[in-house]
Amino acid sequence: MKEYKEDFPIFTKSPCVYLDSAATAQRPAAVIEAEKRFYETMNANPLRGLYKLSIAATDAYEESRKCVKDFINAADEREIIFTRNASESLNLVAYSFGLSFIHEGDEIVTTVMEHHSDMLPWQMVAERTGAKLIYLEPEADGTFTEAELSKITDRCRLIAIAQVSNVLGCVNPVKELADRVHKNGGVIVVDGAQSVPHMKVDVRELGVDFLAFSGHKLMAPFGIGVLYGKRELLEKMPPFLTGGEMIEYVRLDGATWAELPHKFEAGTVNPAGAYGLKAAIEYLQSVGFDRIREIEDRLTALVFDEFQKLPYIKIYGSPDPAKHTGIIAFTIDGVHPHDIASILDADRVDIRAGHHCAQPLMDYLKVGNTARASLYLYNDEEDIRRFLESIRKVRGIMGYGA
Amino acid sequence: MGLESVYGDILNEHNLRPSHRGNIADATIRLEGKNPTCGDDIYLELKVGEGGIVEDGAFNGSGCAISQASVDIMLDLIIGESKERALELCGKFMGMIHGKATEDDLDELDEAAVLKDISHMPARVKCAVLGWHTMEEMLKNRAGGQPGAIEGHAEGRHDYCTTE
Repeated sequence: MKEYKEDFPIFTKSPCVYLDSAATAQRPAAVIEAEKRFYETMNANPLRGLYKLSIAATDAYEESRKCVKDFINAADEREIIFTRNASESLNLVAYSFGLSFIHEGDEIVTTVMEHHSDMLPWQMVAERTGAKLIYLEPEADGTFTEAELSKITDRCRLIAIAQVSNVLGCVNPVKELADRVHKNGGVIVVDGAQSVPHMKVDVRELGVDFLAFSGHKLMAPFGIGVLYGKRELLEKMPPFLTGGEMIEYVRLDGATWAELPHKFEAGTVNPAGAYGLKAAIEYLQSVGFDRIREIEDRLTALVFDEFQKLPYIKIYGSPDPAKHTGIIAFTIDGVHPHDIASILDADRVDIRAGHHCAQPLMDYLKVGNTARASLYLYNDEEDIRRFLESIRKVRGIMGYGA
Repeated sequence: MGLESVYGDILNEHNLRPSHRGNIADATIRLEGKNPTCGDDIYLELKVGEGGIVEDGAFNGSGCAISQASVDIMLDLIIGESKERALELCGKFMGMIHGKATEDDLDELDEAAVLKDISHMPARVKCAVLGWHTMEEMLKNRAGGQPGAIEGHAEGRHDYCTTE
């Protein structure tokens, strides 16, 4: 079986056991080269120049849009809006769709496991419109009981939910929720930041109205993200940001807006980032989601096997390693997660520790902080061996007997 | 360099078996120090007597070993000292954390010198200084308050927020 580590220059130039891919992925040479190639051979401001270089930049940008459209099986390229990241995509939906089409008395349903990026925009919409914000509370394994789901009433106009939790790693029932909210004529907004890099996401098969994700978690450059929106919804939504490139005609007393998708892409865009995103998607597809899943599940199971032998470790989420999407949040009795991370750092093992931008979930789980190891396609058994070796030292270093 | 010298017997002793965890009944100043980015919390109480002497002190709170041990070590150092001397030690501690401490400073800082190599762990600076910043704020700006009357929070100046 091919190992992928060699495709990532960072592992030779700055060797480490990288277990923080849920925060940001590492980039393969193909992506770094693509961004460089853009700047070396196509760099001009796209969408406005009348010369060859600008046309090349425009073509690169629009080819990338087509690539994203095919990747998530959208019906139309005009449904793909380039943003900076998933947070901006979610804010676009909240400010443009939420403030225009959610009204007093409506209900917005989200969950306590959301990343702050998919919680704060809905708090804002509820506050400004007078809509009621309702939180679904998960079981310990991340699933929702029918009693929780019954909080979705016929007044629900919008459901906002992460497809995969960035702490529990569980996969949420997006398709079922989409069906439920559509019966009321509402919409579903899906935070795909942790799902799109790890599993096939087909927006039409799932029936989602909006899907937000970041490029950097799927090996693309920083600063490029995506919002997918159904065309009929995007068409009726007002612009989020106004300015250059998003207009049709501007007069001193007003303006008309450009066609989709440009209506939502004010100002100079990030064509090099988009071009890098295309390279990342192509790289990801060359590996394939089946292979990614196999690697993540196999390595997660290795970690679970060892953790279950260590009585002082608690794992959050499902006891089944195949239900974690490569995300393992855990605590060690008597040791603060920041101390765990520092001890592992000394062994060049990189994990995350903190609240993972999900403070309400931490409160709900009654844990202030957790450590989190998160995997991706470049991780291997040697990474896991070194991670576990370092983990086994932690309690001793912190002054606890073995 | 760094980790081995920080995480050792002295830090562990103060973290696992702190001398000053708890409350003092006759505190003259109380203040909460917080690092919102990591959730560390210190509730510090000091009793400053007539002559400006820090006669007693105690802390409560939760956080990593570095934040908790650092405040316990600090209280060992400043109890019995004048306000001015406590602030002077605070200045030396901050200097050390930023990689600027003489051998004499390290001697004066005694056990707190185990945190010297935090200067090579930028993500943990805020943990080490939390208790010290809280004490500095109390003695500089809050010392004239009524007993137990002052609550608030002083945030570490070296917030280090990671987001995703």
